[in-house]
Parts: sequence; structure tokens; C-alpha cells
Amino acid sequence: MEATIKAKKKQRPEKPKMTKSKLINTLKKTWVLYLFVIPAIIYVIIFNYAPLYGIQIAFKDYRASSGVWGSEWVGFKHFETFFNSYQFWDLLRNTLVLSVYSLVAGTPVPILFALLLNYCVFPKFKKVSQMVTYAPHFISTVVFCGMIFIFLGNDGIFNQIIQKLGGGGIDFLGNASNFKHIYVWSGVLQGMGFSSIIYMSVLSTVSPELHEAAIVDGANKLHRVWYIDLPSIMPTAIILLIMSTGQILNVGFEKVFLLQLPINLDNSEIISTYVYKIGIQKAQFSYSTAIGLFNNLVSFIVLLIVNKVADKTANISLW
Amino acid sequence: MKNEAASPALIKHHMKQTKVDQVFDVVVFILVALLTLCIAYPLYFVVIASISNPNLVASGQVITYPKDISFEGYQYILKDNRIWTGYRNTLFYTFAGTVLALLITIPAGYALSRRDFLGRGFIMKIMVFTMYFGGGLIPSYLIIKGIGLTDNVITLVVLGSFSAYNLIITRTFFQSTIPIELQEAAEIDGCGVFRFFISIVLPLSKAVIAIMTLYYAVGHWNDFFNGLIYVNNQELVPLQLILRDILISGQAIQAANITDPDTILNMQRIARTIQYGVIIVSSLPLLIIYPFVQKYFVKGVMIGSIKG
Repeated sequence: MEATIKAKKKQRPEKPKMTKSKLINTLKKTWVLYLFVIPAIIYVIIFNYAPLYGIQIAFKDYRASSGVWGSEWVGFKHFETFFNSYQFWDLLRNTLVLSVYSLVAGTPVPILFALLLNYCVFPKFKKVSQMVTYAPHFISTVVFCGMIFIFLGNDGIFNQIIQKLGGGGIDFLGNASNFKHIYVWSGVLQGMGFSSIIYMSVLSTVSPELHEAAIVDGANKLHRVWYIDLPSIMPTAIILLIMSTGQILNVGFEKVFLLQLPINLDNSEIISTYVYKIGIQKAQFSYSTAIGLFNNLVSFIVLLIVNKVADKTANISLW
Repeated sequence: MKNEAASPALIKHHMKQTKVDQVFDVVVFILVALLTLCIAYPLYFVVIASISNPNLVASGQVITYPKDISFEGYQYILKDNRIWTGYRNTLFYTFAGTVLALLITIPAGYALSRRDFLGRGFIMKIMVFTMYFGGGLIPSYLIIKGIGLTDNVITLVVLGSFSAYNLIITRTFFQSTIPIELQEAAEIDGCGVFRFFISIVLPLSKAVIAIMTLYYAVGHWNDFFNGLIYVNNQELVPLQLILRDILISGQAIQAANITDPDTILNMQRIARTIQYGVIIVSSLPLLIIYPFVQKYFVKGVMIGSIKG
């Protein structure tokens, strides 16, 4: 969840008007600060803003010899090709299934886990648990996917344990319809600990007096979770949920790409992996740029809408 | 996390917990234990499987503790030149990339935290916009290729050395820890911006420097995507690409000059053990520092979540 939350102030204090001499004084004093931001600005200009110029090849037939500017305009040809291609609905469906499923499964688990940790009566055990559950967040995607393959393989530890318990072997990886479950639930386990941190910090700000008052009134712990803790977590949870809907088409490339097998491709080909294959591997630059642009535009528009709604209803805005 | 559910005095006051609460505590404990085990066991299993007799692992006899300990797998791993190359490359990318990232992020974060920095709102908008919209893979690829950053020694040093999200964390940290009075006092004493930053702000910012170092270092160490797209030269590939070959594509370890058929057969037999070993070896740096730096990761999330 990489979004900063900014509660809007109802009334911004009026900026003091600057006179010319004051402005010059300030600049004299702070010009060094411009040097401080130059490297960062150069970085985003090269790696974030310069590519925006290249978007125009989505509307052109890009040829390396003519360059981005010199290639011939073709209008919406590549978009039409994409929308009419047989892959379009499959890609869209796979992408949406993975992201919506991740959202639905991934949101409540960290909340639950934070509540559990918060009510854990052994502080040492809680510390150990936190250390263990945060760890998978730092394992690289490659290693994590490698572990999934090794564990879920036919000779993997899961099947060994199942067989020990008297069950038959399960072909986890050979069944394409399992892909989404493997993808989502491995992700939930991997992110559970780290995503719970933010809820833990919210819970730590709940006033102890509320709990004391509740105890005096005879509330048990279950009551306190339901009537005190959950309501105080809710705003944060809703904000995070709203923000992630803006990322609805941006399923991470790496994990899906690494988990792809020829056998599950029908369920695992998503927009970003398709763009990679068409663009980088087959060098159809214009077509894949068009697909990427479609993806980014839809995400951005969804984000704008969600942000607007959140702004109007809850006074929460990203900017 | 400071507050317990209620103050100890009050709990003493209500010494008699209700039945519901006792059951609640037990259920909570069991659930936390189960969830922790779900994550701890696979990690633990990798360790014990990497040092056990491969045949016993394959037949499912290694479940709870290592059996017939051998380091055969590790011996093969240490002989594989690709792993050494990848390790060397990734160490370099991580080190140089993190230094570069700090040099870009920390000063920019400080500048943008100052209220007397004219135009900071505009620059901030430029930065934040990059978090939500981009040109996409191919336009980025064309630019990076155009400036000669493919298959270059510094490709993976430069890529991933700045992120707007980290900038926001840094800025928020400075905003909340460097009081304006300190800056004003320094100004009255005739201390310029640069000197103030070097001799007063930086010494007060160890926490955010630690957080950024860790975030960028982990990012560089784990980066797979940039290597996949921008590096083809076998001499320059990062560790993660090698790991993909071994762990996911299932390529065998290529030890130098092994032609002996018996050895090759033996290597196929212990291919799994080698994979477990590779996981350990590749995660080693992180595993070693993790317990000591965990609190900084947590701190980073906390800072990132307060309003920017």
C-alpha cells in the first residue's frame, strides 16, 4: 500500500503576501535548496517524464529508423486491433480476477492479525511472531516463487505431508484453475505481517481510557474488539481499500510472470506480462505501447474517480 | 504498541476475568501461534532440507529436524561460477545503487521539507504524479536504450535509485523532527543552509537514513524486473536472474569442468537440495542483518502512513 494519506484541512491558512525584496532575501538564503532537489528532478525527468513523450508511438507505426517523432501516424489502429483481438477479454478478465481476489482476501487478514497481536498476552511471544511474520516481505519475488514451486510440486513438502496423513497426492501446479488461489493466498501470507504494521500503529493510538471505561461497564474483550478497536481501525482500512482500487489493473508483473507455466497460461496471462512478451520479446513496440497506455489510463481514471468520491464523502484525498 | 489493552492497575482491580475473556486469550494465542507457524515452518524447512541427506528429503522423512547432515549441496553451489558472478554483481549494484539513492533522496527530502523553499508545492506535485501515471514499459525501454543504459555496468545502479514514495517518507521525517526554531537559531548565528544540513540536520537524521538505506538496499538486492529487461550480458546479470534459472527454470548447477558422468548423475540426484541451498545462500545477507534492522522497516511504514 504505497499511498500517502493526507487529511485535507478545511481551511488553508492564507499565505502571507511576499514583497519583492522579501522574495529576493528568501532566494538568497535558500538557493542551495534548489541544488538539493536537482538530482531528484533529473531522475524523474529522464525515467518518468521522458517516457511520456514516447507514448505517441501508440498512435503511430513505430520504426526504429524513423524514430519516435518521424514514424507515421495511424490514429487508433493499435487500440482497435487490441480491443478486437481474442486475447483482450482473457487478459482483462485474468487481470481483474487476480487484483480483485487479492484485494478481497488481502484486506481483512492483516486487520485480523493486528487485532490478534494486540490482544496477545505474552509480550515476548508477540515480538517473535512479529519478527517471523514480517520476514517474508523481504524475500525476493524470485526466491518466493521458487519456494512455491518447490513446496507445491508433486514431490514437495505439502504433498509429502498430505500423503503422510493418508491422503492422495494433489497436483497443485498442473491445474490451471489453481493459479489464482496460489497467487493470492501466497501473497496474503507473504504480506500479512508487514501490512498489519499500519493497523498496529492505529491500535496503539486508541485511548486507554476508552478501554478502561468499557471494562468498568462490564465489557469483555470481544465487546472491546467489536465496539472500540474495529471502529478505530475502520477509517484507515477504508482509506487503504479505496487507494488500492486505483491500482486495480496494476497487478505486479514479477510474481505473475515468474509463476507462469505453459499449462496455466490461460489463467495467468495478464496485461503487463502480455505487454512484455509482445513488446520486448517480439518487438511490436507500437502495439504494446498502446496496450500499456490503455492499462495506465484506465488505472489513472479509476484513481481520479475514487479519489474524488473519497474527497466528497470522507474528506480524504491523495493530493 | 505502547498501550496494553488497559492499565495494569485496572486489571488488578478486576482480578476476576470473565470466562469469555479467558477463552478469548487462549483462542488469540492459538491463532497467533498457528499463523506464525504457517510462515516460520516453510522457512525452517528450507534450512533443514538444505543440510539433510537428499534421499531422505525426497522420501519425506525430513519433516521436523535435519537428518544425516551433509553440506554436499553447498559444495556444488560454491563451485558454480554463475552464482559467484551474480553475487558479485548484485553486491556492487546494491552498494553503489544505495549510495546513489541516498545522495538523491535525502537532500531532496530535506529541501522539500522546508517551508521557505519557494516552489516546493509544485516540485512535490511533479514527484507525486510519477507515482500514479507513467509512460509504460516500452516508452521507458526506448528512452533507457536511447541513452545507452542497457547492458551497462551502471544500468542496475541507476535504475531504482529514486522513488517518490521514499522521498515522501524522507520529507515527512524532516518535517516532524527538525523544529523550525533550530533552523532560525542557526540562521541568526550566520549558519548557511548547506552547513546547517551537513552539521545539524544529518546528525539528527540517523533513523531516516537507516530506513532509506534499508529500503533501497533491499530493493536493489531483490530487483528482478530491471535486470530482466535491461541486462542481457552474462557478465553483468544480477543474482536474481541466476536464481530464476536455478529455482524456477530448474537449470542444473554448472560447476566448472565437470565431465565425470557419475558426478553429473549425483548432481541431478541432489538438484532439490541444491535449490534449498541456493535459497539460503542468496538470502544470507538479509537474514543476517534482518533481526537488527527490523525496527527501522517498521518505523518507515509508520512515517509513510502519517499525512504528507
